[in-house]
Amino acid sequence: MSVDTATVAKIAALARIKVSEAELEAMVPELNGILAWVEQLGEVDVSGVEPMTAVIENQLRLREDTIDADPLTGGGRRDAVLANAPARQDGFFGVPKVIE
Amino acid sequence: MMTDLTDLGVAAIRDGVAKGDFTAVEVAEAFNANVAAAAALNAFIVTTPEKAVEAAQATDARRAAGQPLGKMGGVPIGMKDLFATRGVQTTAASHILEGFVPEYESTVSQNLWNAGAGMLGKLNLDQFAMGSSNETSYFGNVISPWRRSDGGNAALAPGGSSGGSSTAVAARLAPAATGTDTGGSIRQPAAFTGISGIKPTYGRCSRWGIVAFASSLDQAGPMARDVRDCAIMLEAMAGFDPKDATSLDMPVPAWEAGLSGDLKGKKVGVPAEYRMDGMDADVAASWDQGIAWLKDAGAEIVEISLPHTKYALPAYYIIAPAEASSNLARYDGVRYGLRELPAKESGGGAGLQDMYAATRAAGFGAEVKRRILIGTYVLSAGFYDAYYTQAQKVRTLIAQDFKNAFTRCDVILAPTAPTAAFGLGEKSDDPLAMYLNDVFAVPASLAGLPAMSVPAGLNREGLPLGLQIIGKAFDEQGVLNAGLAIEQRAQFSARPERWW
Repeated sequence: MSVDTATVAKIAALARIKVSEAELEAMVPELNGILAWVEQLGEVDVSGVEPMTAVIENQLRLREDTIDADPLTGGGRRDAVLANAPARQDGFFGVPKVIE
Repeated sequence: MMTDLTDLGVAAIRDGVAKGDFTAVEVAEAFNANVAAAAALNAFIVTTPEKAVEAAQATDARRAAGQPLGKMGGVPIGMKDLFATRGVQTTAASHILEGFVPEYESTVSQNLWNAGAGMLGKLNLDQFAMGSSNETSYFGNVISPWRRSDGGNAALAPGGSSGGSSTAVAARLAPAATGTDTGGSIRQPAAFTGISGIKPTYGRCSRWGIVAFASSLDQAGPMARDVRDCAIMLEAMAGFDPKDATSLDMPVPAWEAGLSGDLKGKKVGVPAEYRMDGMDADVAASWDQGIAWLKDAGAEIVEISLPHTKYALPAYYIIAPAEASSNLARYDGVRYGLRELPAKESGGGAGLQDMYAATRAAGFGAEVKRRILIGTYVLSAGFYDAYYTQAQKVRTLIAQDFKNAFTRCDVILAPTAPTAAFGLGEKSDDPLAMYLNDVFAVPASLAGLPAMSVPAGLNREGLPLGLQIIGKAFDEQGVLNAGLAIEQRAQFSARPERWW
């Protein structure tokens, strides 16, 4: 499978990355080179093989059902959460107008 | 002063401070001076000499009060700028996180501070840890302290992505540094710069507070001058953390106390598939030398087969970009980091979607964009099974290869990288040639296994070569011990001549 300019433009739009026409032109052969190379995986007989879901067997845990069991990841840290926001107002993140 | 304190490693500093041969503040100041004099290497994104001194003062005060100093008491270290450090800019070497000052501390760095270590600064790396030469950093290339013995002064790659870490340790700017390894990012830079580094079993070190690249692969580990120093620092870094869902709920073994270079009764596997056509002659020779050394240490050598080796790298370059495209979706110009708000062509302010696209276009470098696009493509509707599911099935087969091999041997010996360090700019125009650097490192990453690189010698150009030891899951001790057996025989003492 190979990609053309239109496909790369679509992927970039899905990934929310603005790319210029010139960048698109440069990316198409690069991405095709990488895709052609990874396609050798198609040779591998994977019949009956389960896709890996966990690299090291591990039990998924449930956290304690208590509020603020770990204060670092609990609530009540609004100002810390907002501290690095490029725009904030009245305790909220600021974003450009979403609804016209 | 009788000894240059910056010639000392972790164990020597810890023991010297404990005995009172010198103070922790003297050590911190000596390394701070080396850091300040090495701007030409560009190993640090920010330096924090005051933090190093502050931690050292605390260690000296604890000693005066007769309190225990901790596993890393009095040892100043470099922190890869992928670990969130409270109050100190954390960028992942990207523009999009420039100016980001975390409100929290990563678990691994906190563990190190709790153990008595201090921070010399935040180390440069490949942007979001994506690269094998440290040429993708927004803050410029790191230059290896090493030069070829041909008398030229070509700037060489320190390896990547932990290139600031490898350079800092090799150039004596820090006795040790943290690294992270997703597909070789501790081991390959360690090999390129003549130092040691270990990636532990996936889950040993908490990922909480480490800027995420590929979550099923990312694992932190130490980079230091020798095996003992790696063992000490790994003990300080590792441990169960309920804040990381994949953290291993197991006690941290006493790796330093368990060190032994005697390999009697141990079997070392040598994988046939790693001996590739057209292999670099010096790399092949150092591998053979490593086999002889381990035999000399009492080990039995067995030929093993890892039949899916050639598919590890292509599988990695589907899985890692897929996870990256998802992880890096968080950089949107809303919650932290850069925001680009383009003016609308039609006039008026830009919308939310324009802001996302412009922020990410300006904030990510070329390699990061390339990987996000690959990842987005392989996960997109219609292609998911052909690429991503297939890669995860191949990953199962690669892990199975190792399981089978470990029924016949205790550890595996292989080269760390296919060549010694290359020149900056030599591979940066060809993504595939760059990716091939990690051909020997990636299989162990995909299987989540502990693996380390130790220096084996110099090649004909006078550049370091590393040997890699891969172990069974949870058997860091076996890896460290085989590394020690090589270290005791390699007697590697070469160091870069100071030109910076």
